Amino acid sequence: MSVELDVFVVNTTIMDEEVYQLWLDGYTVNDAVKVRMEGGVLEGCDASAEVLHSDTMDQYRTFQMCERLLHSPVKLANQLLFQIPPHRQTMLIERYYAFDSVFVREVLGKKLSKGTKKDLDDVSAKTGVTLKSCRRQFDNFKRVFKVVEELKGPLVENIRKHFLLSDNLARDYAAIVFFANNRFETGKKKLHYLTFQDFAFCAGQLINNWTVGALGESLRSAFVFSDNMVEDMDVDLEKEFLQDLKELKILITDRDLLDQHKSLVCTALRGKTKAFNEMEANFKNLSRGLVNIAAKLTNTKDVRDFFIDLVEKFIEPCRSDKWTAGDMRLYLTHYTNSAHVLDTFKHQVVWDRYMGVIKSCILKMYHD
Amino acid sequence: MPGKLKAKIVAGRHLPVMDRASDLTDAFVEVKFGNTTFKTDVYPKSLNPQWNSEWFKFEVDDEDLQDEPLQITVLDHDTYSANDAIGKVYIDIDPLLSCEAATVISGWLPIYDTIHGIRGEINVVVKVDLFNDLNRFRQSSCGVKFFCTTSIPRCYRAALVHGFVEELVVNEDPEYQWIDRIRTPRASNEARQRLISLMSGELQRKIGLKVLEMGGNAVVGYLQCFDLEGESGLVVRAIGTACTLDKLIPGTESKEPVFSEDPPHPLSVPPTPLRTLPSSSSPPPFSPSKPCSRQSSSSDTDLSLTPKMGMGSGISVGKEAGPLKTLLRQQAQSALEQREFPFFTLTCFPPGFLVHIGGVVSARSVKLLDRIHNPDEPETRDAWWEEIRQEIKSHAKALGCHAVVGYSESTTICEEVCILSASGTAAMLNPRFMREGSVCVYSRFDDASPPSCGFCHIPYDEFNMPFPAQLTYCYHCRRQKVPDVLFTTIDLPAEAAVTGKGCLIQARLCRTKKKAQGEVNATAISNLLPFMEYELHTQLMNKLKLRCMNALFGLRIQISVGENMLLGLASATGVYLSALPAPGGIQITGKTPSDLSYDQHISTMQKRINDTIAMNKELYNIHPLECIEEVVGSPIPDRQRSRLFRSTSESSDELSELDLSHGKKDAFVLEIDDTDAVEDIQSLLTDAPMPAGFYSCNTEVMPGIYNWTSGLQMFTSVRVYRLSNANLTNQGLNKIFTDLCENLLKSLYFKLRSMIPCCLCHLNFTVAVPEEELIQVRRHTPKHTSPILYIFPKNILVRSGENEEQLQFSMELCGESTSSNNQPTAKPSVSSSERCSPLPEVRSRSLRSTRSLPCGAPVTVVKMTPLSFLPRTRIVKYLGIINMFFIRETTSLREEGGVSGFLHSFIAEVFAMVRAHVAALGGNAVVSYSMKECVFMENPNKNQAQCLINVSGDAVIFVRESDQEAIPPLIMSGQPSTTGADGTT
Repeated sequence: MSVELDVFVVNTTIMDEEVYQLWLDGYTVNDAVKVRMEGGVLEGCDASAEVLHSDTMDQYRTFQMCERLLHSPVKLANQLLFQIPPHRQTMLIERYYAFDSVFVREVLGKKLSKGTKKDLDDVSAKTGVTLKSCRRQFDNFKRVFKVVEELKGPLVENIRKHFLLSDNLARDYAAIVFFANNRFETGKKKLHYLTFQDFAFCAGQLINNWTVGALGESLRSAFVFSDNMVEDMDVDLEKEFLQDLKELKILITDRDLLDQHKSLVCTALRGKTKAFNEMEANFKNLSRGLVNIAAKLTNTKDVRDFFIDLVEKFIEPCRSDKWTAGDMRLYLTHYTNSAHVLDTFKHQVVWDRYMGVIKSCILKMYHD
Repeated sequence: MPGKLKAKIVAGRHLPVMDRASDLTDAFVEVKFGNTTFKTDVYPKSLNPQWNSEWFKFEVDDEDLQDEPLQITVLDHDTYSANDAIGKVYIDIDPLLSCEAATVISGWLPIYDTIHGIRGEINVVVKVDLFNDLNRFRQSSCGVKFFCTTSIPRCYRAALVHGFVEELVVNEDPEYQWIDRIRTPRASNEARQRLISLMSGELQRKIGLKVLEMGGNAVVGYLQCFDLEGESGLVVRAIGTACTLDKLIPGTESKEPVFSEDPPHPLSVPPTPLRTLPSSSSPPPFSPSKPCSRQSSSSDTDLSLTPKMGMGSGISVGKEAGPLKTLLRQQAQSALEQREFPFFTLTCFPPGFLVHIGGVVSARSVKLLDRIHNPDEPETRDAWWEEIRQEIKSHAKALGCHAVVGYSESTTICEEVCILSASGTAAMLNPRFMREGSVCVYSRFDDASPPSCGFCHIPYDEFNMPFPAQLTYCYHCRRQKVPDVLFTTIDLPAEAAVTGKGCLIQARLCRTKKKAQGEVNATAISNLLPFMEYELHTQLMNKLKLRCMNALFGLRIQISVGENMLLGLASATGVYLSALPAPGGIQITGKTPSDLSYDQHISTMQKRINDTIAMNKELYNIHPLECIEEVVGSPIPDRQRSRLFRSTSESSDELSELDLSHGKKDAFVLEIDDTDAVEDIQSLLTDAPMPAGFYSCNTEVMPGIYNWTSGLQMFTSVRVYRLSNANLTNQGLNKIFTDLCENLLKSLYFKLRSMIPCCLCHLNFTVAVPEEELIQVRRHTPKHTSPILYIFPKNILVRSGENEEQLQFSMELCGESTSSNNQPTAKPSVSSSERCSPLPEVRSRSLRSTRSLPCGAPVTVVKMTPLSFLPRTRIVKYLGIINMFFIRETTSLREEGGVSGFLHSFIAEVFAMVRAHVAALGGNAVVSYSMKECVFMENPNKNQAQCLINVSGDAVIFVRESDQEAIPPLIMSGQPSTTGADGTT
């Protein structure tokens, strides 16, 4: 005797959050049953493993049927197939779009293409996340990317509206989309110590300050209409700004200016930090590093290397000199502010816009 | 031209991509009624078309309005080739034809395709303008209201109950017509859906005409069934109870005891013998014209005839026997005898309606199907049913009863053999509900029996019982005789005094049979039937004793035939009626007392049984007061005989009657030498106890539990098993079958564990043995759950099975009144946390108007329940009957997740379509919902499967009772009442 068919359907869809998580994590039904057994779900119930298996199957089927709807969460709310209370819908969506930070770290900045998808089994082996789960997460990234790519308006807001995600999750997706679009290199060994949250923070900074969308509502609309901009306002860095950054080169090419800048910074720092000597000795190198990064950003290739450059040109030298986080903050503050005092330096606005982001990114990235 | 139907197509959404090139669809809509078709414009390149069409108007006869559905077909326009159909929507216009039901159908309805399932939704508005038709020869019956609910619908009162109406229509099944060989499966499925829709419309119209003839305005307990007879045709039949209903003015209804759901419970105090049921204050069911016809429950003393409970039916002796007939009796009889069949499909009655209950009556008949030659003259089928009904009627008479309540009919078909079954509960009714202006001279001098026990009193003559039964004076009122056990098919009367809680009791049986054809097969089956009924009965009786209970309600016995086996499944809700004597224990004896080890074995068994009884007493909280004194006869009957009369008529029309009484053997004594007895004992003891916090019953309300929360959940579960070994013995099969049922229950308890304390109500099981060598068991769980277990014997390729169950659980809040005695888990904290889970849903609905979901247009939450009410709510309007039939077919079974995936999504789709139609009618719930038919066929080799589902129910609008309203029931319900009742004895 064998069970040929076994279904259980309810009017108001019942979902077990634990089973949902197992499904999302890509467990097979049998594995999920094992995990549930070990979790003691049968304790206190007069039920056998078959009962558990049948229950797990039912839930898996329900999730599979829901999956199509989860691909466009807005539909979930007005579809008629499943009667799901709103708070459950929110849970379903939020969990479906949640991702593993180890996984996202692997694909961050990669092109969300078929090729990348093919390599997911390597990623799966490396991260220990099941292939099924990897695919779901990857497809989520790609889906969000495709939808917002074509939309005008603020990135985070678009994601939140079209995928009904929480604010935090929408921000994370904005970062993923932004990285994928600009193809930032994040996989180099030197960058391995950085977490997804570090990058997400930096992406937030870049989106908020260096894109067209960053100009603020009024400016933005004026800008869009006047210039007939085609590129995505929040996803691409503002071209004009990148051009302007070239002007900053004067800070390192003009020897007087460089010296002047150095002495201003050193005066301000003297006695305030143990690493003062190293700072003074390295000032020119560090300043050249930062300004060169700025000047090169017009090249797409160099945009991709933005983070690696930051680490190589700035963070690593500082780290080898044993700066503390406090030292770093102090240094960057004075380094930025001192430029305002330089008479011949005329690019204060661009400088602030540039250094504001650089400073917060470096501070975020400056850890072990 | 008495009607104008108007339809407007507003928009579509979530349409499927029909044009691969553009990933879009050029959709337009055809609206068809009868032979008239209108089309909308093509809305190009969109998955969310906005047609905003004009009003399409159909001028039609009201007869057509009743028969025909409005057909809406959504198509994809294709310039070069034929337009592709996306899917269809059938809209039943019927609810719009009664002025008291819905006035408009408006909303998003799923677009359904028999191959692809739901494909997007369409927003339509449908209205009907009816002109008065004074033609007295009209063929239509617009305005007659139909209710699936088997009680007087809340918010109505019964002015008159006219009685039984039935009708059947037959046709050829399109699936078996020659044309089916050349057309596509889709066309064939659609032809079937359309035909069945037409036939049910016609059936309803014809029944409506009968009701109008009788002077009624509504059909209550409307039960429609399909018999898919295969080659020989398609039969759609329906039965119901014609009534004249008056709408209650809002506000008054709350007073009505009958309609108040929660605490069916009244008597916390010894029922003051209500000889004074003031006619004025019991507003419900009085024929307005007849104020003088007051209650007068009846005088039981004098009436009496006939036997006892049992599924017995019976003997003609009874009729003559009543030596002391009362006026009441004569009147009742005369009132009822005017009708051909004094049957009532109701299971729940206005107070005072039911006077006495005799017992279960049932009749089965085995027929050979032949082709229906002339669909316009369905006489054969009519004659078959007529025969069975006559039998039921005479059985009821034998029990000294003039009416049958809780009446239902069913069929089971296996190839060309068809078993027709009918069953009900013989009862004496109060004639005042049936006749307008009848002179009710009931002597009020006769003591009215208290409502809490009156129905238990025997309607037959104790001196003239055809077979002996143990009668005692009623433990409640001490005046009249009661039997020791009572079996019924109705719900527990709200006013009944019960001790402790009830529980679901099932008897399961499997019998092998030789494969045979035609007449031989029919004979073999009809020879087996009596034994099966007898054994089911014995099992029920034993299980009842084991639980220390003395009455069964909602008894439903289903027998299904397969090629080489018969399956019997009896489900009922056991209770301890305070008025009946305490059941005796079960004794085991052996035939060879000399053997020591044998004795020991027996005493171990005996001990186990005694322990189980003691445990069950605790579990169900059955602590009857020790009865003392004046019991006539010992409280524990020393002998119990059950007598079972049933008759089977074969196709040959031969009528056989069997006396299946145990003869001299004491029914409580199981002799263990007997292999059957061993089996019985095994099956007795293998029933797993319910987990703490769960209760289950197959009636609408759980006896002994009165605090319901409004959280409820309806489910359907279907299981199909394939039997691995074809050469199974009866015992082996029984064991398997029992295990299947037990496993299904366990599975339910497990799935619903987060909702405890919870009660599975109206748990409805259906079993089927699909063609060839498959056994299909279908069970209905709470509230009409119909799980189907198909058991497939080994190596059968074609099988199908399903179990559908729907369960509803209501949560029990354990009230403070519940003293610490065995309320399982019900601590306040538990119950409150319980409440959280079900409640949010409710909350969201009540806030619906003010709050919108994230993306705008929220979907109306629609509750579905097999119950006729929703706890803690008030039904304010009935919008009409929902009766839908769907076929789904697939040719890519594996891709859809196998049979389970296929059926799972189909059932989910059916739920979705029911909800959408209810919402379009303006409702927020379906009550008395049931999945009547669920036929599943598959052919895994061809990667194909097909499933038919028929669902029905009543669309309603309900409002939550305000908290203040909800409190009083809480307080007055609960334990004390029961104990109080006991105390009076």
